[in-house]
Amino acid sequence: MTVKIYIPLDSGSVALGADDVAKAIAAEAIKRGEDVQIVRNGSFGMYWLEPMVEVETSRGRLAYGPVAVEDVDSLFDAGFLGGGEHKRFLGHTQDIPFLKAQTRLTFQRCGIIDPVSLDDYRANDGLKGLENALRMTSEDIVKAVTDSGLRGRGGAGFPTGIKWNTVRQAPGDQKYIVCNADEGDSGTFADRMIMEGEPFVLIEGMIIAGLATGATKGYVYTRSEYPDAIRIMNEAIEVARANKLLGPKVLGSDYAFDMEVRMGAGAYVCGEETSLLNSMEGKRGVVRAKPPLPALEGFMGRPTVVNNVISLCSVPVILEKGAEYYRDFGMGRSRGTIPIQIAGNVKHGGLYETAFGLTLGEIVDQIGGGTASGRPVKAVQVGGPLGAYFPQELFDTPFDYEAFAKADGLIGHAGVVVFDDSVDMMKQARFAMEFCAIESCGKCTPCRIGSTRGTEVVDKIARGEDPEMQKELLADLCETMKFGSLCALGGFTPYPVMSALTHFPDDFKPHALDIAAE
Amino acid sequence: MSLTETTEEISIRVGTICDGLSGLEGALLPILHEVQEEFGFIPEGALQTIAKKLNLSRAEVHGVASFYHDFREEKPGRHVIKICRAEACQSMGADDLGDHAKRKLKVDWSETTSDKNVTLEPVFCLGLCACAPAAMVDGKVVGRVNKDRLDRILSEVRS
Repeated sequence: MTVKIYIPLDSGSVALGADDVAKAIAAEAIKRGEDVQIVRNGSFGMYWLEPMVEVETSRGRLAYGPVAVEDVDSLFDAGFLGGGEHKRFLGHTQDIPFLKAQTRLTFQRCGIIDPVSLDDYRANDGLKGLENALRMTSEDIVKAVTDSGLRGRGGAGFPTGIKWNTVRQAPGDQKYIVCNADEGDSGTFADRMIMEGEPFVLIEGMIIAGLATGATKGYVYTRSEYPDAIRIMNEAIEVARANKLLGPKVLGSDYAFDMEVRMGAGAYVCGEETSLLNSMEGKRGVVRAKPPLPALEGFMGRPTVVNNVISLCSVPVILEKGAEYYRDFGMGRSRGTIPIQIAGNVKHGGLYETAFGLTLGEIVDQIGGGTASGRPVKAVQVGGPLGAYFPQELFDTPFDYEAFAKADGLIGHAGVVVFDDSVDMMKQARFAMEFCAIESCGKCTPCRIGSTRGTEVVDKIARGEDPEMQKELLADLCETMKFGSLCALGGFTPYPVMSALTHFPDDFKPHALDIAAE
Repeated sequence: MSLTETTEEISIRVGTICDGLSGLEGALLPILHEVQEEFGFIPEGALQTIAKKLNLSRAEVHGVASFYHDFREEKPGRHVIKICRAEACQSMGADDLGDHAKRKLKVDWSETTSDKNVTLEPVFCLGLCACAPAAMVDGKVVGRVNKDRLDRILSEVRS
């Protein structure tokens, strides 16, 4: 009998050697005359266990990890094809505590299925949300999404249903659904993981968004740094077309929807929605002033929904199980689940989907298991390069849009980057300014000039040139950038800078910064 | 591909790329990506051809090509090594790793070794933040790159 073996194709797993492990297992199986079928699945997001190899046995799916090429021989010796005992044995995949404690709604199939098998997707309740949506009016679809409390998972947290309703009511013979997959924030990889591990849920979410708003064309704008995600998305789109999920008659209905993937070109600012639209139109990725809102004048001047990957991927489950089901998770005005990405210097790095409301301390210490280096945690940056640094004293902050705003931070795309006590917070503040200077689109002065001046001011503090006055100047500059910038790049760069200055004042005593000459 | 392409040859090849893609909504970025795929960079001579095909000015095309970090004005080395410089990788020693690479290759960021073998580029996030520091070697992702691992990679691309 053929034994099914799952080895992730996720680029995080591949970066840790999954391709080599897959090759070694295939070769060894041939050598030993074992009948195996290797399925390249998505990752469950437990990167300290990657490459994680699973075997389908009579006892269910059993996991081994992290597996290196050197382990392959002994795995066969130990009879891993039948679930044999081995030093890498992890037991039932679904019983691994990190996975078991999660609430996986958006990522429910990621890791379980073959990413480009529509049959696998359907067999695991895929397309049920779309089938329901096809029986509903556009108003009812928008109402379900509004009632679910879903807010934009890209960072801004704007209610998805309200955005959709604006596009639905906007006049126009051509409307667009644009998926913002320009996941440039350091510490985030949820978009990449789901595009590589479960692309059909994004396709389904985009079709539903089209049904709700009257849009017939969709674009996924993603990063050139994600070649694997692009390849898998394109493959899934082809499969969807061949199976009439995309095309002039979606699942045999009178509704048409098609989509394609567009690749960015290494500009961080293109994650900002208006700059993304300019980039898609073939222009410089410069930010547009709002109004007009993209919902009314977006791609090619037409009404356009611009939603983050995770927002769109959360829609199918809402339409499948109902708005109440989704809304019942979470706290306050943050409803549903959020895929938290735990990264950086952390023992158990990976993706953890859960209802809003865990404290930062629970995420870092309990789920993440503390630092990888074994040293004490000094700072945690939440929300990417524009997010604030949190000290241990703020570890009781619950993961919730409003609670983070109250603590002068932001959830952003829910990336959590852990730093141990070797980090120099003045250097991190300088980096935030430097990054803003590198990535600024140049449209508005506070961002374009402020970021360069900010780097210089930090350098002056480091050199001890009237540091107290320079710190005041830095705070003043941050104020200007925060309120005077057109978009979040210049507007939010003050978060990491000011949080570093406020929470780690000792690091801002004059000292040499460990920065190599550029 | 010969090393000494005439402007005319470049123009013909770029023209073919434009003809294949100009029907797309917002075709310029896909075209530039395709041109870079073909030549390894955006040749000076390509700008005029693209401009003509898309009914833009040469300055507009140059403005777009120069805005994005991905598009190169010069031919890169035979191998391109990208090292992530963003925060998650910093927390795991990416700054030291970058310095090590620069020292070993005797180049700064975005430069090519004198033997034209390796181009070292910075990248801000490869989405491999839970297996930092991360790098991309000729389009292939590598996680948990320490100095030893980098040295092995360098000797592989040099051999």
